[in-house]
Amino acid sequence: MARHALRRTGLAVCQLALLSVLVFLLTALLPGDAADVLFNEKAGTAQIARLRAEMGLDEPPVERFLDWAGGLLTGDLGTSFTGGGPVSRIVADSVGATAVLAGATVLIAVPLALVLGLLAGCRPGGRFDRTVTAVTLALDAVPDFVLSLALVAVFALKLGWLPSTWIGATTGDLVARPGLLVLPVAVLLARTVCQLARQVRAGTLGALRSAYAVQARRLGVPRTRLVLRHVLPNAAVPAVQQLARTGDTLLGGVLVVEAVFAVPGTATALIDAVQSRDIPTVQALTLLLAAVALLLNLAADLVSHRLSPKAEVLR
Amino acid sequence: MAADRTRRDVLGLAAGGGAATLLAGCEGDARRGTGRPRRGGVLRAAFPGAGAKETLDPHKQRQFVDIARHKAVFDKLVELGPTLRPVPRLAESWESDADSTVWRFRLREAVFHDGHRLEAEDVLYSLRRILDPRAADHLGANSLSSLDLDRSRALGRNTVELRLKRPGAEFPSLLAGTGVVIVRSGYRNADKPVGTGPFRFGSFRAGRSFTAHRFDDHWGGAPYLDELRILSAETEARGSAVQAGEIDYAHEMSPTFARLAEGNSRVTLVATPLSGVNGFALKTDRPPFDDPDATMAVKLLVDRRRLVEVVDGNRGRVGNDLYGKGYRYYPEGLPQRERDVAEARALARRSGLRGRRLTFYTSTAADGFVNAAQLFADMADEAGIGVEVVSGPPETYFTDQLRTGDIGNHRCGAMPIPTYVSQRLLDGSPQNASAWRRPAFDKEFVRAEGVKDEERRTHAYDALQRTVRDEGGLVLWSHPEWLNAVSTSVHGVRPAAPNTVDWARFDTVWID
Repeated sequence: MARHALRRTGLAVCQLALLSVLVFLLTALLPGDAADVLFNEKAGTAQIARLRAEMGLDEPPVERFLDWAGGLLTGDLGTSFTGGGPVSRIVADSVGATAVLAGATVLIAVPLALVLGLLAGCRPGGRFDRTVTAVTLALDAVPDFVLSLALVAVFALKLGWLPSTWIGATTGDLVARPGLLVLPVAVLLARTVCQLARQVRAGTLGALRSAYAVQARRLGVPRTRLVLRHVLPNAAVPAVQQLARTGDTLLGGVLVVEAVFAVPGTATALIDAVQSRDIPTVQALTLLLAAVALLLNLAADLVSHRLSPKAEVLR
Repeated sequence: MAADRTRRDVLGLAAGGGAATLLAGCEGDARRGTGRPRRGGVLRAAFPGAGAKETLDPHKQRQFVDIARHKAVFDKLVELGPTLRPVPRLAESWESDADSTVWRFRLREAVFHDGHRLEAEDVLYSLRRILDPRAADHLGANSLSSLDLDRSRALGRNTVELRLKRPGAEFPSLLAGTGVVIVRSGYRNADKPVGTGPFRFGSFRAGRSFTAHRFDDHWGGAPYLDELRILSAETEARGSAVQAGEIDYAHEMSPTFARLAEGNSRVTLVATPLSGVNGFALKTDRPPFDDPDATMAVKLLVDRRRLVEVVDGNRGRVGNDLYGKGYRYYPEGLPQRERDVAEARALARRSGLRGRRLTFYTSTAADGFVNAAQLFADMADEAGIGVEVVSGPPETYFTDQLRTGDIGNHRCGAMPIPTYVSQRLLDGSPQNASAWRRPAFDKEFVRAEGVKDEERRTHAYDALQRTVRDEGGLVLWSHPEWLNAVSTSVHGVRPAAPNTVDWARFDTVWID
């Protein structure tokens, strides 16, 4: 197990390093740079050239990359091209809101999906199973944007029960006004729970039909014990892998949710940075998100390994 | 006009309406309250945000949200009135010598938030800071390029004498340009802005929020509001929040939102007619549009009413290939250019436009650009002209369009007509999207700018504008409305186009 963990961690570090090069290359391929974008529609070419020199954009790309990578190793994320402040401040300012949203979503999604998936999987074809399947398939098909607006229209504008946006609020206000979290988290939950629950259901079905479960039933192991002790750990393996992949789904959802609900989070900061070609900020935020995704996958891998060591043997 | 894209474009979300489109049951009578102004209260105004790019430095302003914040804290010497004529602000009055090269501005009694009295030195310091060659991102440097700072001076405490490198009868309007804001002498720390404006700075977080408090000693009288908050948010969020009563003022709303919010009893729409121009730019320095017959063919085939209907959501006035309807120097009395497909076909045949494949270079840089381009392609098809619509990256569209495609989208916010000409129609203009390069035109424009007599100057501008209308490459098909939404409890918000004195002006606003 320890060797497996060490190998996977080493691989993750290599992936991160490779990713940092890739991010730099891809941002270099974007049309226009920070100087162009800053003055789009408003200034002459001479002014843009002066600004480009001021930002250090006239230096060769390799030199700029090495500068940035060197800074990164010493914990310096660099200075924002557009705001002029340290990138670390932009990252620190935006990470809280997204972490709260994603954390709350995962905390609710996991137990909810486990219960729904297990109950549906235990009685396949039953009324509960059919309902869960129908609802999860339908909800999964609704775009986040449409769902967000529908929830706002009903619960904020029509009924007035919940705030429609976070405009003017900070992450600190969440303690005093937890209602702010409800609609954004509900949107993020929809897709996450749907996908997870279906995985758990499939895993449960498979485990219940496996030889060991049939044998256990023959031996008279009580059904609840069978499900919780033997079926659940095996059924959870695909779900845990799916949970790690949920990171990607969540990021897509967070992009929409942050815009619709005016949440000052990482996705918003990343889009702003890409639009203004603020490369140091794009790099820092992308690496952060990538690191989180890699960590989640690593954790999922290790948890699956623990739950069902045969996955490792098969590998 | 701020052209930056919003995050919504990236998300590929539908334009405008937002939650309003899903809200059928929240309609009522729109009320426009009046009554006696009341002192007190907090006003929350939301503008499209720009993240870390937002700045407190008034000489670096780029986005509407920045300009609104700076307007609360600072003042300009001169602002532009509803017809884009200069109106006095910190400069109480002005006069020039016979050839408009030496200007004297008399300053009014005004105090900064730290108690310091406004002096001529503050004005000179501000202008020097704007023109500092080391600061490449000071936009005001463009409009002040004719100013000869070395020869300008203070005449006592209250008068400043500004000398120009060439005659400039429009100089007061240039002092109303973007970023020409007066700061206190010695101003360096952008994080602690001290101005003469109606609100004292409180706090700021880029991309999120800004607070300011009433300044009782403002020269124009103390504002009614205790506190002003200027917040950043995307279109959908602004639309939902103003309807839910979470904000009191939503800047820049779409016609779709307007249609759905019109019946909402909580929201009043403030629509400003003639807030700029929408159009197409044809490149006149290369075939086929170096032939005026070819440009005229396009001008005649365009169905302006249809474009206003579809692209502006019917919230605009049909354009007549002239910029600045309703503004000072606009040539009145010219017949409306109407669609004439038969004549367009004839001209297209004569100029060799027929059978040619043209490229329309567009992007999502502004709402409606791609729609307008596609509509145009259909209209051109009727006249036998093939148009291929090609889309480019929105962030750099206005720079890229200068060298890409035969035709591009054009739009411009409110500015004085001479400023429009100098930014878009001269050989060295940074945004000459129609590649209009006529040495004789440039020469005549420079001459006209120096004519002190207003009537003669107007006459000279008139002739220049007619030339562009008939021979130039700008097809200006609409003057759109500018839409803001305010809560019905908010009063004193005047319809005003961006860049004018009453736009984003909160010292005259009060809450019930």
